[in-house]
Amino acid sequence: MYELIIIGGGPAGMTAAVYAARKKLNTLLISYDIGGQVLWTTGIENYMGYQFIEGLELMKKFEEQVKQFPLDMKTGEKVSSLSQTNGGFEARTDKGESYQAKAVIIAAGKRPRQLNVPGEEKLRGRGVTYCAICDGPLFAGENVAAIGGGNSALEAADDMVKIAERVYLVSLTPLTGDQILIDKVKAANNLTMFLEHEVLEIKGESRVKGIKIRDLKSKLERELDVGGIFIEIGLIPNSEPFKGIAPLNGFGEIEVSCANETGVPGLFAAGDVTNIPEKQIVVAAGEGAKAALKAHRYLQRLSE
Amino acid sequence: MAREVKIYTTPTCPYCKMAKKFLDDNGIKYQEFNIVEDKAAREEMKSKCTSLAVPTICFDSEVLIGFNEAELREKLGL
Repeated sequence: MYELIIIGGGPAGMTAAVYAARKKLNTLLISYDIGGQVLWTTGIENYMGYQFIEGLELMKKFEEQVKQFPLDMKTGEKVSSLSQTNGGFEARTDKGESYQAKAVIIAAGKRPRQLNVPGEEKLRGRGVTYCAICDGPLFAGENVAAIGGGNSALEAADDMVKIAERVYLVSLTPLTGDQILIDKVKAANNLTMFLEHEVLEIKGESRVKGIKIRDLKSKLERELDVGGIFIEIGLIPNSEPFKGIAPLNGFGEIEVSCANETGVPGLFAAGDVTNIPEKQIVVAAGEGAKAALKAHRYLQRLSE
Repeated sequence: MAREVKIYTTPTCPYCKMAKKFLDDNGIKYQEFNIVEDKAAREEMKSKCTSLAVPTICFDSEVLIGFNEAELREKLGL
């Protein structure tokens, strides 16, 4: 049995790991990947100590720092459930493994939200993409749709107007991104906006052929011929495995006190999976540190 | 066993970098095609691998779209 299990290998989880290791806690870190959401970020200009650094590069540095310490790591493995046991907690993973610890820090982060419409899953990687900077160049000269009204969707649209034939921007709400981006996108002459429109279906068999949308007000439906669809409709917390054990708010985020406590003794949470107001690398790292220190104090009291 | 591993990438794709790092870390040799510059490779990826996303990793008769460490580990027998 471990003293501490940390679930998640992003900035919160890795920082927690370093703090826990320095307190000489017998720790296991379980994570599907090392770096989490930061891996999808290209340039970072607001993580102190680096005027500019690539996401992957920064996470490599985090990983190197974690590996300075003797702690166990399981990667490529996702925690699928967490339950309370006599002496603490048991985490089960999608590989059928189970691990026990006296205390747990959940730092599982967030993932891109899906539309949940017919065709989306089937055509993922075949015209449906959640990574515009990755797959954008594949759709040069084609018609594409960017879905969403925030900065990510606007950035995808802005990237694509330069290389695609025509870009449709489809948003359920009026645009919510930064005005500077909205102005940029509006100035493009090959972009058409469908605001307050919902996506009903993604069409195509072996690759995307089109998209069906509906005007929320007039209920008018229309089909757009597109070969690529960039879905940028925000993020959702990876909190499903912890539903029964940790308190969640209306957004599915784990509710924590200012000291990262969930209200369940020995169970802490940190970073983007929680209800902390700002989702930033530097904030998540700080939260991970706080959670590990609090967990250490909890374990100290247990052994007293 | 030496097998021919091909990876199709774009220079701006973080998952491509992760996939390459994973292959490097595990000592797997591969051939990389930047599909932004190499139009023939882009067409090959679209037609042979029926993929419209990067990274696409092809070897033997396997086509893996996107970077999924667990899946890649399994298919490569690591």
